[in-house]
Amino acid sequence: MAAPVPRFREKTQVLDEAALDRALTRIAHEILEKNGGASDLAFVGLRTRGVTLAQRLAAKIAQIDGATLPVGTLDITLYRDDLGLRGAPVIRGTDIPFSIKNKTVILVDDVLFTGRTVRAALDAIIDLGRPRAIQLAILIDRGHRELPIRPDYVGKNLPTSRRESVAVRLREHDGDDRVVIEEPEEA
Amino acid sequence: MRWTRKHLLTMRELDASEIVLLVDTAASLQEIATREIKKVPALRGKTIVNLFYEPSTRTRTSFEIAGKWLSADVINFSASGSSTTKGESFIDTAKNIAAMSPDVVIVRHSSAGAAELLARTLPCSIVNAGDGAHEHPTQALLDLLTIREKKAHFDGLHVAIVGDIAHSRVARSDIHGMRKLGVTVTVAGPPTLIPPFVQELGVKVSYRLEDAIRDVDVIMLLRLQHERMTNGLIPSLREYSRYWGLTLDKLAKHARPDVLIMHPGPVNRGIELAPEVADGPYSVILGQVAKGVAVRMGVLLLLAGSKADAP
Repeated sequence: MAAPVPRFREKTQVLDEAALDRALTRIAHEILEKNGGASDLAFVGLRTRGVTLAQRLAAKIAQIDGATLPVGTLDITLYRDDLGLRGAPVIRGTDIPFSIKNKTVILVDDVLFTGRTVRAALDAIIDLGRPRAIQLAILIDRGHRELPIRPDYVGKNLPTSRRESVAVRLREHDGDDRVVIEEPEEA
Repeated sequence: MRWTRKHLLTMRELDASEIVLLVDTAASLQEIATREIKKVPALRGKTIVNLFYEPSTRTRTSFEIAGKWLSADVINFSASGSSTTKGESFIDTAKNIAAMSPDVVIVRHSSAGAAELLARTLPCSIVNAGDGAHEHPTQALLDLLTIREKKAHFDGLHVAIVGDIAHSRVARSDIHGMRKLGVTVTVAGPPTLIPPFVQELGVKVSYRLEDAIRDVDVIMLLRLQHERMTNGLIPSLREYSRYWGLTLDKLAKHARPDVLIMHPGPVNRGIELAPEVADGPYSVILGQVAKGVAVRMGVLLLLAGSKADAP
């Protein structure tokens, strides 16, 4: 059976609701600036909170530019390099109902840590077709990369220690919008 | 909910949440069949052996495709053309295959309990792909996935299983799976083909097709196995087909307009099922086959994608 999951308690709040919203607004502007507009862009969010963030970024771009960009959902379980090390996989499904061929795909996730999830996501996207480019948008970059992966858009760089955990809480899933650093409770 | 079993041997041993997990996993994996590149790396480096002692088209092929789409190496072993014809016993053959370190062995055999025997003997995961008249769990899972996609839920559904219940492993697996999910099941067929004490599985029994198909959501027909006739269990094929064959006429007169027609295959056209019904708008028979690949991908992924130490 699985090892006991350590319990975490909140240590510091890093972003409140307004700061989280401002970070997303800035990223939306940066996406439009870097790509010279919204043509041929598509969002792909990583389950679960990456999808919600991708939907919010798409809504911001619709406000700024008027363009309606497609948002897809990616489940990278089948591409993980640690499949089998964590007990039986839980598959929740990929849903990308548009062609990514020749699109610039903006991959969205909440936290960038080792880079292994993004590595798996790149393989998963390329199996679905050949995009013109893939860019990476991340709300929190907490460092400790184990692979040569770098985000194009970052909400906040947040130096952390490995024993800490970063929790991105979003209204749709957790009831409120904020980002906190958590640390393990002493036994 | 996480999967913790090493083997998939019967529907009887699973609880409702495990069945739902298997069906959910299969539903999520269906998307792979629509891709241009039908391959994901999940089971790269895993070896899967199809050990089939009975003929099979759908089951063996769909396990093979499922394994290959997950990037596993799939080896097919069939009893003809192997050392079995030289007199090697089942268990010796299985041990020899196990010596080549497969991760999963999928077994079909004419004896009930064959899969269970391998699970006790071999170190790898075992999937029961049909053991005698006992169970055929992946068929039941794909039937459940098909029903849920068409009816959206299981609550309050009523399924009629019609035909040779006594010799059908599909019926047994379907009954266990459906009862656990709260589906009402009626079994129907000539008395010689209904096993005694079948009510103990929690099903209703009917000896008249017209009664059995009234007000049900799904009619599941079973293949009439011709060899049953020579055993004296039915007087003639013609009589069976007159009383138990499902025709458009009987369907229109007695069944609901939104009924689903299912059949695990292979279909005896004109005996248990009129061709117009098999190919008609109510039929989801080919859809069942497509779901079979997704279900088997789900089973292989849950068994081989984890290093479960559980029994």
